[in-house]
Amino acid sequence: MALDDTKKTRDFKVVGTRPDRPDGIDKVTGRARFGADMVLPGMLTGRILRSPHAHARIKRIDTSKAEALSGVKAVVTRADFGEVPADVADVMDNCMAGDKALYDGHAVAAVAASSPAVARKALKLIEVEYEVLPHVTDVDAATRPDAPVLHEGRQQETVPKGMSANVIARSEFGHGDIETGLKQADRVVARTYRTAATHQGYIEPHACLATMGPDGKADLWVCTQGHYMVRNTCAAILGMEQGQLRVTASEIGGGFGGKTVVFLEPVALMLAKKSGRPVKMVMSRSEVLRATGPTSSTSIDVRIGMTKEGRITAGFAELRYQGGAYPGSPVDMGAMSGFAPYDLENVKTVGWDVVTNRPKAAAYRAPGAPMAAFAIESAIDEAARGFGLDPLEVRLMNGADEGTKASYGPTYPAIGLKATLEAAKTHPHWSAPLGENQGRGVACGFWFNFGGDTCVSLNITPDGTVTVSEGNPDIGGSRASMTMMAAEELGIPYDQVRTIIADTGSLGQNEVTDGSRVTFAVGLATIKAAQAAKAEMCRRAAMVWGIDEDAVEWADGAARPAGPNAGKFPPMTLKEIAAIASNTGGPIAGHHEVNAEGAGVSFATHMVDVELDPDTGSTKILRYTVFQDAGKAVHPSYVEGQFQGGAVQGIGWALNEEYIYGEDGILQNAGFLDYRIPVASDLPMIDTVILEIPNPGHPYGVRGVGETSIVPPLAAIANAVSAAAGVRMTQLPMSPPRVLAALQAQADG
Amino acid sequence: MSQIHVTTKINGDETEFLCEPEDTLLDVLRDRLGLTGTKEGCGTGDCGACSVAVDGRLVCSCLMLGAEAEGREVATIEGMAKGDQLHPLQRKFIEMAALQCGICTPGILVAAQSLLERNPDPSEEEVRYWLAGNLCRCTGYDKIIRAVMETAADMRRAS
Amino acid sequence: MVEVVLWGSLADQAEGARKVEVEAGTLRELLDGLGEKFPGLRPELERGVSVSIDGRIYNDSWFQPIAPDSEVVLLKRLKGG
Repeated sequence: MALDDTKKTRDFKVVGTRPDRPDGIDKVTGRARFGADMVLPGMLTGRILRSPHAHARIKRIDTSKAEALSGVKAVVTRADFGEVPADVADVMDNCMAGDKALYDGHAVAAVAASSPAVARKALKLIEVEYEVLPHVTDVDAATRPDAPVLHEGRQQETVPKGMSANVIARSEFGHGDIETGLKQADRVVARTYRTAATHQGYIEPHACLATMGPDGKADLWVCTQGHYMVRNTCAAILGMEQGQLRVTASEIGGGFGGKTVVFLEPVALMLAKKSGRPVKMVMSRSEVLRATGPTSSTSIDVRIGMTKEGRITAGFAELRYQGGAYPGSPVDMGAMSGFAPYDLENVKTVGWDVVTNRPKAAAYRAPGAPMAAFAIESAIDEAARGFGLDPLEVRLMNGADEGTKASYGPTYPAIGLKATLEAAKTHPHWSAPLGENQGRGVACGFWFNFGGDTCVSLNITPDGTVTVSEGNPDIGGSRASMTMMAAEELGIPYDQVRTIIADTGSLGQNEVTDGSRVTFAVGLATIKAAQAAKAEMCRRAAMVWGIDEDAVEWADGAARPAGPNAGKFPPMTLKEIAAIASNTGGPIAGHHEVNAEGAGVSFATHMVDVELDPDTGSTKILRYTVFQDAGKAVHPSYVEGQFQGGAVQGIGWALNEEYIYGEDGILQNAGFLDYRIPVASDLPMIDTVILEIPNPGHPYGVRGVGETSIVPPLAAIANAVSAAAGVRMTQLPMSPPRVLAALQAQADG
Repeated sequence: MSQIHVTTKINGDETEFLCEPEDTLLDVLRDRLGLTGTKEGCGTGDCGACSVAVDGRLVCSCLMLGAEAEGREVATIEGMAKGDQLHPLQRKFIEMAALQCGICTPGILVAAQSLLERNPDPSEEEVRYWLAGNLCRCTGYDKIIRAVMETAADMRRAS
Repeated sequence: MVEVVLWGSLADQAEGARKVEVEAGTLRELLDGLGEKFPGLRPELERGVSVSIDGRIYNDSWFQPIAPDSEVVLLKRLKGG
């Protein structure tokens, strides 16, 4: 259901202000309970045994010695799970390997024991006989006809005959004719770009605590982006009814897409079932890096045709994304989004989904889009610079606007791309002087955003305060946004509303916290729930006044008689109506359940200055500015925070972060020392400019903001480094050795 | 397997505990004493989520054995507020939205407090380098650095 | 009749046509109609698609109305992080 009741001229009282977040004190005092912080009486420690091989047939698992160890209460292998429904078969296999271990770190068995020490000892007593198989971790190598094959029979009908079985799917998007467009160009840039796999890098490792009784009723405490997803997936894997599994979301210590799937949870439930005791499982950092969702590594060919005036006559990209050990890399999203910022007559993208012996890729913030943007925005930049054209002007000249036919098909409604470019052009950053070894880069980015199933229940307490129950874990301050929207709609102060994240037994189905959907979709449901409560309160006031309920309106936190025949009554406040609720029909509540379709797309432009050290090849970020359309910024501080956080994750992706596999297929940098995410001393302040082009699909105009901010930085930084180096950088990360090699190659002529 | 008896002071309180020889201070705080405000992000001293002060010195509690707390004074996030009075850093972090998910926040607050005890007037660069051992993946550090600098300014004005 | 734009490679499964017409007043009728008229589309429809109707994205709402002059574009199923 989409809504068209945007009130563009509305004067907001709460929305747009910056109140303290409701969970702030819990989080600055250590009181907030995250995944690993929960305990239960009689709790066991669960641990997972992981494959030391990149690809191996599991010939035999003998758990008898582990089971005999004092203190071991349960051992689980894949055999304990039996057949599972087809739609969760890959998830099951990723949580616990079946016939084959498909990557270094793939789970093969698990134990529950009385202490961590006993659990560790028990893992060593599990005997696994492997037949080591040839492996492949590189995306291009995996597509070759002679590459080691992970799965037979998974290739879709979309793939031409004769290709490696590792190539799972092919898709093609676009319109016009590329060859015609290229003929109209004065210059064609054709390059191949590569990006390394990166990890979401949330600081909180995966953790959960499971209990299950002999009657099959189970409870699960877990850090996740979606506890309803956890419930549904685990229930399917364990053959349970969804209603018998109650899942409670802990506070979540970051996710960025990586906690939109299950890893430990079905195993913990199975261990709890077999042992009859609560089982807590917490991953180590190396387990997080080896076995949970990184993003794809990619290889992308781009061709851009441009006239000497800067008009793009053709845009083509062929994208190969490896998604790890199972089908479903985010290549389609990359192929659909890469050219989305531009109004092009001739555009075509081709995406290839490829499997390799790496952990299954999980979603990572605008999944698939940053790599495509890196390649395409780099090529556009190179073409523009080749003519000595201003890269912002070239983007404005070709930029998409209302009425543009998007590269992925639809015609855009009102969008904010050009607003971000205009803001960039007039910002002082754009005209700030640059010194020696310094360069400036810009890039645009796009993300779809979406909605999905959402429930909100809003209750009025007898003393006239308001509680909001929603079903999406608060990953970055969304309780504050919901509280603000409820207060706004009811016309009451922010501090008279408290928002909680309800467990799966308390609300209907809720889509995962993903797709930048929460402030949009849960916000929409919160507003609608508040409207329902207001309507009921107006009805109660009408009863008291003895007038028709249509003659009552709600304004500034009170029911008021409206219209010429309503009579003269003093306004009845929310508190007054709440106090007499029992006398007027019973407790007052509003609720709203919706599949919130109609999310608004969003665009951003990023601008960055870098300085290269010609002796070491290291890159320093000097200045960074984000320009993004938020639709409506409900709590501007947390909108800025999303912009800044996405930009810095992009900086890590561009400069440092990289999954490094050895010839043996083993991950060589499974720790934060060697997998280096940006630290405070790497960075300057990240400036932000919030644009507000309202989304007509939301009552307050909200678009999602969480994901778009990671789309432009890879390209913006590559454009800046290339400008500073005088040589085009086509491979990420632009680590010091790679930049140094480029500088030396250029010096050697 | 014999446990070690340790007598220490935690957040000002005399505390005794038994621990395994291999237990880290982090294990003891979280699993034996119920002080779960100190977080484990890596277990290898790379992320700073487990930052505590031991005898006034900032340490990663995952890199110190529980047994080494004998006779020391340990300060954790749970001791930062005095009763219902938040420390100015805690107050400022909420006001300035210097946290998103909040998992790194206890470690960053403990580390920032340690900085301000040594240097009441740090430059932006000094704050950035002091906090370089505390990873935050959500915020890009901008609001954290600003909150620490503003708290320092407020505390200087108040003293 | 509603005109539906298919993505490039999906056209290969619909006898090569980038634009096809089906009789549909709702999203459900649209998806059912496409599968009936072009059996080659069924595997992709079963894997799940998103549909843009006049620039808005819909995933599952069967009874979302579609006007005869609506712009309807079939998209790969959108996923987020």
